[in-house]
Amino acid sequence: MDDAQLLRYSRQILLPQVGINAQERLLKSNVLIIGLGGLGSPVAMYLAAAGVGHLLLCDFDVVELSNLQRQIIHNTDDIGQSKVESARDSLFALNPLVKMTLLQQLDNDALAEQISQVDVVLDCTDNLPTRFAINQACVDTQTPLVSGAAIRMEGQISVFRQDQSDSPCYRCLYSNEDALKETCTQTGILAPIVGIIGSLQALEAMKLIMNVGKTLTGQLLLFDALNMEINTIKLLKNPNCPVCH
Amino acid sequence: MAITIKFFASLREQVGKSEVQIELSDSLTVGEVWAQVCDNSPLPIHILMAVNKEYSKQDTRVQDGDEVAFFPPVTGG
Repeated sequence: MDDAQLLRYSRQILLPQVGINAQERLLKSNVLIIGLGGLGSPVAMYLAAAGVGHLLLCDFDVVELSNLQRQIIHNTDDIGQSKVESARDSLFALNPLVKMTLLQQLDNDALAEQISQVDVVLDCTDNLPTRFAINQACVDTQTPLVSGAAIRMEGQISVFRQDQSDSPCYRCLYSNEDALKETCTQTGILAPIVGIIGSLQALEAMKLIMNVGKTLTGQLLLFDALNMEINTIKLLKNPNCPVCH
Repeated sequence: MAITIKFFASLREQVGKSEVQIELSDSLTVGEVWAQVCDNSPLPIHILMAVNKEYSKQDTRVQDGDEVAFFPPVTGG
């Protein structure tokens, strides 16, 4: 790190749990963020600001006016532009030291190929089929997955350590393929809720990379914004899981 | 035997209650507990559940003093 980097990251380097070594781990890390919407916005901004070395940004969508209420990485001038390009511009303004790779929609083979090259994956998507595909690729490549979700006035987050044999996977939690097909587009979402869940995802990803503290591995955090309640449920590996058994 | 049933997040609004205590004469499964407190309606296939804060399935059998929690799926973002 040069003097400018030491100063830029000084307030987290100051922490006894972080220091120079953990900051160096962040700077050397490769992180894949899938979905640059409500969750992906704070995830990408915090990870870029904190000094993750290489961010791979994946989204097939373009910025729309109705996104701007919660997808704070995009600006009014970005309407009509691809989300990954819009996100890259915001992140470059925030921290030009971060290397970025932009990815459009990936098929399952390309997804596994990209995931095999990163230290951690952040699932910031808005639908179950994509979440299942990401989980499958993370299990196949033994890559840690930080999974966040939000809708209405509630959110959920968990960490799946596919590099650890006793960790449950996303499919152990969501076993039913016919679960509700709800998206924020159809059902609605209060903006700070994706901000909170996305910020928790960024935090958990940083802890994984820096190897500090205890993460939500094997735990599902449930956030109820309407009643301001947080509950944590212990998750177990499903011996009959079709993905990670 | 006595058990506590909790409904988390939007399920609380849907079901119209956040917590109930019930007395049971027989040991029931989690699915049967739902029916008992929700007007004998079957447990919807997408609802998730936990017993004593540990993820469970609807055929898990509850014991005296258990806390059963039901919570909705969240997959948006």
